[in-house]
Amino acid sequence: MSKTGNRGASRRSLLTTMGAAAIGLTFTSACSQAAKPAGGAEEAKLNFYNWDTYIGETTLADFKKASGVDVNMSLFATNDELFAKLKAGNPGYDVVVPSNEFVTRMGQAGLLMPLDHAKIPNMKNIDPAFLDPDYDKGRKFSMPYTWLVLGLGYRKSKMQGVPDSWKWVFDSPQYKGRIALLSESADLMRLSAKYLGHSVNDIPPEMVKQIEAMLIRQKPYVKAFHEDDGQTLLQNKDVDIVIEYNGDIAQVMKEDDDIGFIVPKEGSLLNSDTLCIPTGAPRPDNAHKFINYLLDAQAGAEISKTILYPTPNAAAKALMPDDYRNNPVIFPPADQMAKCEYGAFEGAERAQLYEEVITRVRAA
Amino acid sequence: MEQHWTRAKGAFAAVFTPTVFWLFAFFLIPLGIVWAYSFGQNDGLVDIAITGTFKNYARVLEPLYLLIFVKSLWFAFLTTALCLLIGFPVALAITFASEKTKSWLLLLIMLPFWTNLLIRTYALMAVLRTEGYVNWGYHWLWDRASGLMQAAGMQPLGVFTPLELLHNNFAVVFGLVYVNLPFMVLPLYAALDRLDRSYLEASLDLGAGHLRTLMRVVVPLALPGIASGILITFIPALGSYLTPDMLGGPDSQMIASIIERQFKRANDWPFGAALSFMLMYLTFAAIAIQAVLNRRAPESR
Repeated sequence: MSKTGNRGASRRSLLTTMGAAAIGLTFTSACSQAAKPAGGAEEAKLNFYNWDTYIGETTLADFKKASGVDVNMSLFATNDELFAKLKAGNPGYDVVVPSNEFVTRMGQAGLLMPLDHAKIPNMKNIDPAFLDPDYDKGRKFSMPYTWLVLGLGYRKSKMQGVPDSWKWVFDSPQYKGRIALLSESADLMRLSAKYLGHSVNDIPPEMVKQIEAMLIRQKPYVKAFHEDDGQTLLQNKDVDIVIEYNGDIAQVMKEDDDIGFIVPKEGSLLNSDTLCIPTGAPRPDNAHKFINYLLDAQAGAEISKTILYPTPNAAAKALMPDDYRNNPVIFPPADQMAKCEYGAFEGAERAQLYEEVITRVRAA
Repeated sequence: MEQHWTRAKGAFAAVFTPTVFWLFAFFLIPLGIVWAYSFGQNDGLVDIAITGTFKNYARVLEPLYLLIFVKSLWFAFLTTALCLLIGFPVALAITFASEKTKSWLLLLIMLPFWTNLLIRTYALMAVLRTEGYVNWGYHWLWDRASGLMQAAGMQPLGVFTPLELLHNNFAVVFGLVYVNLPFMVLPLYAALDRLDRSYLEASLDLGAGHLRTLMRVVVPLALPGIASGILITFIPALGSYLTPDMLGGPDSQMIASIIERQFKRANDWPFGAALSFMLMYLTFAAIAIQAVLNRRAPESR
C-alpha cells in the first residue's frame, strides 16, 4: 500500500512537491559527507525522512532543547519513493516513516535495522493493541507513530441519506459523475474485496476477476482517480463523494461543515505509519533517542494537535482535548473499527497483478 | 580565418573531452543500465537479474499496453495538430510585426517558461474546475442573460449547469496544447522569419491570391521549420506525465503514468524499462521520419 500525495493541507501540496524535490537534492549531496562514521560518540545531528505536515510545530526544536541533537527533516510523498531511495542504498537517513505493509517489505528486503527496545523506554506509552501487529511481530523494526483508516468523505447536502456502504462508489450509478476513487491499485482492490464480503488479504483469483468487471462497469460514473487529494476535490465541489483517509477529511471538516466522513458498514482498510531506522543509518544512537522522544506523552500530544491523525500513543491521547479524543472521524466507533483490517504485504507479484488490473480498468 | 579541426587537435580535445565525458557518464551509461534492465527480471525485492529475456517486451506488446500506446500517440497527434493550427498564424503574425512589437511578442511566447510546469498546471486546474474561473464567468453571464430575458417578458433560462472542463480527455488535450504551443511557435517563427519576402511579392505580383501564396510558397519554404516544430511538440507530448495525471479523468491514462507506476508502486523495474524503451524506439522513429522529410524538402535559403 502506499499513500500518494501529501498528508494535510492540500493547498500547500504544490509547494511541498517542489520543496521536497529541492530538499531531497541538497540533502543527498550533503549527506555523502555527513555519513562518515564517527568514532565513539555520534555527532549531534540526525536526518529524519518524513511525510509532509506530519510533525508537531515545535517538536523538532523541543527535541533539540532536550537532547542537543539537530534534526534535519526532509520529506517524501509516497512509500514507493521511500522504498526506491533506500533500495539504491541509504543516502544517510537515520529515521524514516514507512507504512505498515512497507515495514514488512523493507524488513524482508533487509532495508531496516532491528530496534533496541531497551533504548526506547517510552514504548510503555503505546496502546497495547498496537504492540504486536502482524506486519511487524513483536515490533522488531518499527514503532507506531499514527494510524489511519480509509472511508468515504462526502458532501452532506448532496447525499440521499448517509452513504454507509462502498456500494455508492464501487457498484452504483446513484452519484454518477460525482465520485472520485483513490488511484492506488492495491487499496482499490482491497476495498472492493471488502465490499464483496471478503478480507482485504488473500483475494482469490476469481474474485480479482469479479472486482475488475465491477470496476469497469462502474468507471463511466467515476469523475476522477485522485492521488490522495480527495479532500481537495470534495472541498472544491468537483465531486461529492471520495475515498479518503480519516485524518485528511478531518482537516477539511474544520473549514467546511457540509462535509462528512464514514467508515462503510462492510469495514475498511487500516494503515499505520511507523518510525523505523534504515540499515546503514549513520547515527543509530540518536535515532533511538529521537524515536523515544516522539513516543513521549507530551511530545506525542503536541504532534497530534497539529496533524489530527489518530495516535496509537495512549499516554499522549490522554493529554488531548475532548474534541480530538471524542471526534468520531478521527476515532471511528468501535463497532466500525472491529470490521477493519491491516493490508498484509503479499509479495511483489501480487502488487504487480493489482497494478495490471487497475491499468486494465482505466484503459477499458 | 577558420581552421580545420585536425590542425588544432589540442584545442579541439580540450573543448570536446568534457562534453563527451558528460554525455557518457550522465546520459549514455545510465540509459544503458535502464536498457539492460529491460532484458532482466526481478530477483527478490531489491535486485534485478539481467537474464537476456524478452519477456518484458512480449508483455509490452500485449493488447492492453499497445492500446495505451495508441491512445498516447493519438493524444500527442491531436496536440501537435492543434499546436500547428494555432501556432502557424501566430508565428506568421509575429514575422510581419514591426521590430519593436516583435521582441515583445516573442517575450510573451517565452514567458510561460519562466514558471514551473507544476504551478502552471495547478493554475489551469483553478481555471477549469467546476467552481473555477471559466464556470464562474459563465454562471455570471447566465444569470445576467436570464435576468434580461425575464425583464423582456420572456421565460428565464433554466437552472445553471456548470461545464465539465476538468478531469476528462478534453482537459488533457487542452493542457498539452497550452504547455507545448511555445515549442511549436518558436521554430515556426525561426523558419518564417528567414523567408525571402521577394518570393511573396513575386507570387502576389504574378497573380496568386493570398491563400494560394501561403499554401504554395510560404508553407513549402517553411517545411523544415514545420517539421522540427512538429517533432519537438510531438515527442514531449507523447511522453507527458504531469498533465494527463493532474488534468485527466478516469479515461485519460497515458503511457508515462504506466511507466511511473511500474518503477514505483508495482516495483517492476524491468517491465518499466521495457515500456520506456518502447517509447524511445517510437521517438527514434519520429526523428527518422523528420530526417527523411528534411532531406526531401528544398533547402530553405
